[in-house]
Formats: sequence, C-alpha cells, structure tokens
Amino acid sequence: MSAIASRRSSITLSMMLSWGVVALVALGLVTTTFTPDISPLDAPALAACLGLLGILGVRFGLGLAHHRIGDIALGVVTTLACGFLLRATADHAGAATTGFFFLLLAAWGAAWLFIERLAAWKLKGAGAKALNLAIPVLFGIWVLVVWELVTVGLGVPKVLLPAPSDIWTRLIGSVPILWADFRQTFLKAVIVGYVLGCGSGFLAAIAVDRVPFLRRGLMPIGNLVSALPIVGVAPIMVMWFGFDWPSKAAVVIIMTFFPMLVNTVAGLAASDAMQRDLMRTYASSYGQTLTKLRLPMAMPFIFNALKINSTLALIGAIVAEFFGTPIVGMGFRISTEVGRMNVDMVWAEIAVAALAGSLFYGAVALLERAVTFWHPSIRG
Amino acid sequence: MQDILHAPDTGPLSADARSVSRPVIDIRDLSLTFETNDGPVHALSNIDLTIGKGDFVSFIGPSGCGKTTLLRVIADLEQKTGGEITVNSTTPENARLDRSYGYVFQAAALYPWRTIEKNIALPLEIMGLSKAEQRARIDKVLALVELSDFGKKFPWQLSGGMQQRASIARALAVEPDLLLMDEPFGALDEIVRDHLNDQLHQLWAKTNKTVVFVTHSIPEAVYLSTKIVVLCPRPGRIYDVIDSTLPRERTLDMRESEEFLKIAHRVREGLKAGHSYED
Repeated sequence: MSAIASRRSSITLSMMLSWGVVALVALGLVTTTFTPDISPLDAPALAACLGLLGILGVRFGLGLAHHRIGDIALGVVTTLACGFLLRATADHAGAATTGFFFLLLAAWGAAWLFIERLAAWKLKGAGAKALNLAIPVLFGIWVLVVWELVTVGLGVPKVLLPAPSDIWTRLIGSVPILWADFRQTFLKAVIVGYVLGCGSGFLAAIAVDRVPFLRRGLMPIGNLVSALPIVGVAPIMVMWFGFDWPSKAAVVIIMTFFPMLVNTVAGLAASDAMQRDLMRTYASSYGQTLTKLRLPMAMPFIFNALKINSTLALIGAIVAEFFGTPIVGMGFRISTEVGRMNVDMVWAEIAVAALAGSLFYGAVALLERAVTFWHPSIRG
Repeated sequence: MQDILHAPDTGPLSADARSVSRPVIDIRDLSLTFETNDGPVHALSNIDLTIGKGDFVSFIGPSGCGKTTLLRVIADLEQKTGGEITVNSTTPENARLDRSYGYVFQAAALYPWRTIEKNIALPLEIMGLSKAEQRARIDKVLALVELSDFGKKFPWQLSGGMQQRASIARALAVEPDLLLMDEPFGALDEIVRDHLNDQLHQLWAKTNKTVVFVTHSIPEAVYLSTKIVVLCPRPGRIYDVIDSTLPRERTLDMRESEEFLKIAHRVREGLKAGHSYED
C-alpha cells in the first residue's frame, strides 16, 4: 500500500519538475540572458538544446516517456545544454541577467529530474553498483557546474570565490609545488604522526587495561593533553623538534593519541560477562583472552578511532604549519598564498587536502569492512 | 569413546580403583553469601550433594533458588563462602585449570568473527593442541551434534537451535568427563527442545559422561536425569533429591508412562512445597 503511494507521489514530483522545466525554458528563450541584449537565440546550438529539453519536458510531464531511452535522452540533452550554457557564459562573463537565472533553474530542474529518473532504475549486480556510484558522482559534477555558472555569470571576484575552472587551471599549472607540499605535509607529518599517535594510544590502552592504577593516572593526563589548544602546542613543538616535519608529526601525535586511547579502553570492556566466563572455563591466560576475545570485540571501537584520527591528523598537520615551517607544506602554502591574495592556489591546496583526506578515510573504512565483517552494522 | 578408554593412568592400581569409586562432585554443608548494599544475600546454604561418575543430575527450582549459582561454584566461576566442595577429588579451581569440565551457557556465546569450526577450535587452540588433533576433534564433535555440513558457516548464519548445538560441540571438543549445562535449551521452542533433549540423552548414554544440568522444565529434568535435585529459594537450599526409577535408556514416548508421571508429580510437589514454605 505504502509502496504504491510513494510510487504515485514520485510520479507527481517528476511531473511537477517536468512542467517547471518547460515553463523555465520558455521564459529563458524569450528573456535577455546576458547584457546588453543577448538571448539564447543568438547561440543556435544552445537554443536547439533548450528546444529539445522543452519537448522532453512536455513528454515527461504528460507521462509519455517512461522508458530508459527517454531517461538517457534527457541526460544527454541536459548535459549538452549545460555545456553550451557554460560556453556562452564564458563568452559573456559577468554579464548575466534575468534570463540567465531562468536557464540555470531550467538546467537545475532537468538535472534533478534526470537523477530522480535514474534513482528509480532497478538494476542487478554490477549495474546496480555502477548506478549507486553514478548518482553521487553526477551530483558532485552538478554542484561544480552550478558553481562555475554562478561565479562566471555574475563575475564574482576571484578573491571571494574563484570558479572551478580557475582552480583547475591553477591546480594543473602547479603540480610540482602541490606534490612537494603534499609530500611534506601528508606523506611525512600526517602518516608518521598518525601511525605513532594511534600506535601509542593503542599500547597505552592495553597498559591502562592491564595495570588498574594507570586508569586513574594515565587517563586524566591523556584527557588533559587532548584538551590543549593546537595553536599553543604547535609553536612549542617547533621549539622542541625544529622547523621541519617532525614538529608537525608531534602535533598530530598529540591530536590522535587520546581518541585512540579512549576508544580502545571502551572496546576492551565491550566483551560481555558470559564470553569472559567462557574463556575462564578454558583456563585461558590474560594474553589468550586478550587476543582471542577482547581485541576482536574492540575492533569496531578501534576503527572508529582510526577514522576520526584520519581527518584530525590532516587538520593538525596543516594548522601546525602556520607556526613556523620550512618553505614547503600545505599549511605553509595556504597561509602565504592567502597573504598574496592568490585565493585560487589556496583552493587548489584545499582540493588536494579534501581528496587526500577522503581517500585516507575511505581506505580505513574499507579495511574496517574487511576486519569487522562479522559486526551487525556491516554484515547487513 | 577415546577419552574413557584412555582414562588418566596415575599411580598404582589401588589408587586408580579408589578414584573410580570416589564421587565426581562432593559437596558438604556448602554456603555462599553475597555481600550487597542491602545486606547479605544467602544465595546458597547447607548444600550437601554427591554426584557419581556417569550420573545425569538436574538442578530444578524457581528463579532465585541458586541453581545456576551452585553450578557456577562447581565450575569455579563463583567462590563458596563456607563448607567443602571437591570436583574430581580436587578444588574447583584446580579442576578448572585441569580443564576437566565443559560448560554450556544459557546462550550459545559463539564468537561472530569465527566460523563454527573455528569456534569449536577456540578451546583447543588455548589448550595448545596440534592442528591435526584440532581437525580430528572438530570433525568428531560436529558429527556428534549433526552439524558436519555447517562447519564453514558463521554463527549468525545458523538458527538458534543449531547455534546451541554448536556450543555443545565446543564443550565436547575439550573431551571432558564432566559436562556442566546451564539451561542450555531455555531459549528454544518446544519442538527443537524435544529434539535436542533426545540428542543429549543419546550422547550421554553413548559416552557415559557425568552431566550436571540446570533447568526449570519438569519434563526435561525427568526425561534426562538419573537424579533430580529440587532447590527452593531464600535461602537457596536443597528441598528434595529424587533418584529416578526410569531405565537408563530412554525414549521420548516414555514421557507418557506412569513411572514418568509419578516422578514428575513428586518434582512438582517439591517445587510447590518449596514455594509455600516461604509464604
């Protein structure tokens, strides 16, 4: 019953979107897109695509195109329309006016309709996996397209927000610098600090578990250290360990130690009384109970800490570079390029950091799936 | 069975003969008091009980009568506060360290990251047995509980009854002469329970193990036991000990026999009296 109802409501949503697209295309065709007096009719390819989009919109609105061919046609026409609109916008940068927004909204509606149709596809096996991946990717691309259209069309100053194309150009043109920064900050400070911080947090948790008085002594100290402000710690680490990456790795160790300690201690307490009694009836030693019961039980907790720390480590290393560093590193680059108003370079570093952070997190999450396959949250 | 054929061969014949005649579990005037914030709780008091080799003894009684606590004292999972107890002629702690019993809990308590085979291998790994010996024992106990085709499955892929059978197989893999079972079938439905009762009876009859079995089902206790111990609460104590007059070999349809109903009646009367004594 509810399945039928939701299906019906999704059809009405699609239809509403379709008619919205038709109306916006019509409005866009008759109003001025760019000042002084440029309308889509001045760009024949764009006008043709918009016409096709209108026709498709009418078909979807009437519920006449419910095959995958229609959906694919919608996707292709929407992509082409966006492409021609991007080109026209680049030719008339900063000259967007009312009609431009009609077209932008029409493209938005068409893209939304396409995703809506795509999400309703029922595929099996590899097709379903590809579709699951395609939807977020398409969404990401769409965000970039809107960003590009708005910043270029309205002529937003680059200092406020550069267009994705500007960032891309800067990224491609500065690969050697970005790679050197990445190597300095990520491959040295982040990785070394992460491994040492997580490793020492883990060993400290085992010690806290084994020696009860440490729980009262070490835990508050760990808590205290994690509460220290990074802007206070970073300059001190520079004085202790010098300007190069070891001082940044030290900051990362301080940031990642405590989450790992707390999570592992909680994880080691996660086994229930019956499981521990079972090990006791086997006359199992402390070490055997630890490796065969308590550490496997603690794995979901430990992976939580590893995931939290994967992002903390990157933030820590970048921020630490604001407080004394050789002339290389992602944090150093961001702080100096902001001073020189080269905001596109800052964005390029941000893009690298976002990509590296996501891949790092993703790798840890994949490992988690392999190790804790038995956990109810993963086995599905 | 292998474990019985190769009984421990210690000392001269006379000592060996003596140990056979000795009870497996000997409990005298045992008491256990938990100190709580609301004052002492007498979980067990004045328990006297002997369990001989090859006996199947059931502890039955209402919740809070201390039947599980008594089993846990035998297994050295709780400590007595008074009286004497020996298990295999030694303290419960030594018996536990000798791995002389297998314990089956109310829940299967299988580790979800291990397959059924690997779960059964767990105590064997702890004992430090060779891979070949582990393999041989796993195959043997899996066949015994009729799970040979499920060794490679994970516990969460099996039904509750199969999981409990796997946990019994795990206890058997240690090859103990003594099995301690704490309401192992309590969470299962009646039909699965009947089937597992039958299987457990066959197993006991075949292997001549000593079994101590906690339950609150009267038919289960009467069907399986050679001796039924009725406990009553506050303080937890033995109300009645019934030696079964049923033959050693039993079938499920025996449960309609007059003999069976007579024993069941006496157990029920014991449970009732134990309750009314309190009120």
